[in-house]
Amino acid sequence: MPMLSLSNAPLLFLGIMLAKILAVFVVVILIVAYATWLERKVIGHMQARLGPMETGWHGLLQPIADGLKLFFKEDIIPSQASKVPFILAPMMILVPAFITVAVIPFGPDIVIGGYQVPMQIADLNVGILYILAMAGLGVYGIVLAGWSSNSKYSLLGGIRASAQMISYELAAGLAIVSVFMLAETLSLRGIVAAQMTPLWGVIDFLPNWYIFSQPLAFALFVVTGIAEINRTPFDLPEAESELVSGFCTEYSSMKYALFFMAEYANMVVLSAIATTLFLGGWHGPFPGAINILLKVFCFMFFFIWLRATFPRVRYDQLMHMGWKVFLPLALANIVVTAVVVLLQQ
Amino acid sequence: MFKAFAKGLSITFKHMLPGHSVTVQYPHVKLKPSDRFRGLHRLVPAHDREKCVACYLCPTVCPAKCITVESAENAKGEKYPRIYEIDMLRCIFCGYCVEACPVEALEMTGAYELANYRRSDFVFTKERLLK
Repeated sequence: MPMLSLSNAPLLFLGIMLAKILAVFVVVILIVAYATWLERKVIGHMQARLGPMETGWHGLLQPIADGLKLFFKEDIIPSQASKVPFILAPMMILVPAFITVAVIPFGPDIVIGGYQVPMQIADLNVGILYILAMAGLGVYGIVLAGWSSNSKYSLLGGIRASAQMISYELAAGLAIVSVFMLAETLSLRGIVAAQMTPLWGVIDFLPNWYIFSQPLAFALFVVTGIAEINRTPFDLPEAESELVSGFCTEYSSMKYALFFMAEYANMVVLSAIATTLFLGGWHGPFPGAINILLKVFCFMFFFIWLRATFPRVRYDQLMHMGWKVFLPLALANIVVTAVVVLLQQ
Repeated sequence: MFKAFAKGLSITFKHMLPGHSVTVQYPHVKLKPSDRFRGLHRLVPAHDREKCVACYLCPTVCPAKCITVESAENAKGEKYPRIYEIDMLRCIFCGYCVEACPVEALEMTGAYELANYRRSDFVFTKERLLK
């Protein structure tokens, strides 16, 4: 059966593409909105509170109320700020967060009109590199926001963010090198397919998810990933108790909401990437997309759980961990994996 | 190190389980204060009038100077407070007035929701205190 492409059925391709983009975008936005609710609820309960209870049943309408409130707030641009970068920064941070989702496969291929349709917006043959590139772009938004605000707290937040994201991007990127050494492909579709075989080709009852062959890489990727998206306990760029609100101190109204959405979108994307690379993506006991949604939910819960548990690390601890612990570990993991792969051939 | 991480995570997880919340959903659920709670004052009524004999001990002992009393005599020749007002904006709820009262004509109730819209509404007259 031929794969649906722009050349063999342009109109159908276009229609299905738009439908897929819309579906994925809506789902991600919904997850982002309700992640804020989940975070407030979970952290509330972990701190012996209840979290939002008044807006809707158990506060279920809270994200909508928050969104409306932020939307109707006065949009303040500080008089000493550089206007263009100030307006550009929230977009520059949100866009890379959202477009990364394009390469995440979320279900098995389906057949429409005699063509095979992949449940993925774009199957790039350099999928992982694309993800790393977009993660690298995310830092520009934060740095621009910090610098253009013309405020000391914002600037400090921006500087911290750039230092932190650059350090941890390296370790995160190196941690997943071992995955595509095993899968022998950079395409996320290919990586998911490679994880559907029995574990190490011999154990029938377990799938060949790379968390089993690469537990260290998985742990490194999750930890460095959390650091890269500036989540607690690595939330130094917005460290509330030190830097007011870090790079988004001077932002208000919808611009602030964009930063907020970007933070949660980054969490969703990180969960989706970790799921795809190490936990078999959409592969699992349930039909298609439910698997990946469940796994993403578990990751989100884990991130929130971490936030409720651990205090923020110090700046020197952060740098020490990034360069002297995670980076050597990631490199060592690559060497060991390379040797094992070479010996097996 | 990892043991400590796991311990911390387990503590927060345990607290998340149902039954650990200490929140009272205030406007829907209200805590009942103990009997000794010092809330809004109440003038204790006797058969046909208030017990108060307008002896001026409570405004004398009041450290916040929030009680206004003016005495008068009724037809039977008994002293009674013609005016008895407590300004709740000045009151510090110390309870000295209740302690000082020789005829136990004044007590403190559990009412603690005393918010109001106008300053004049905080001055409780005799009629309101008798309720």
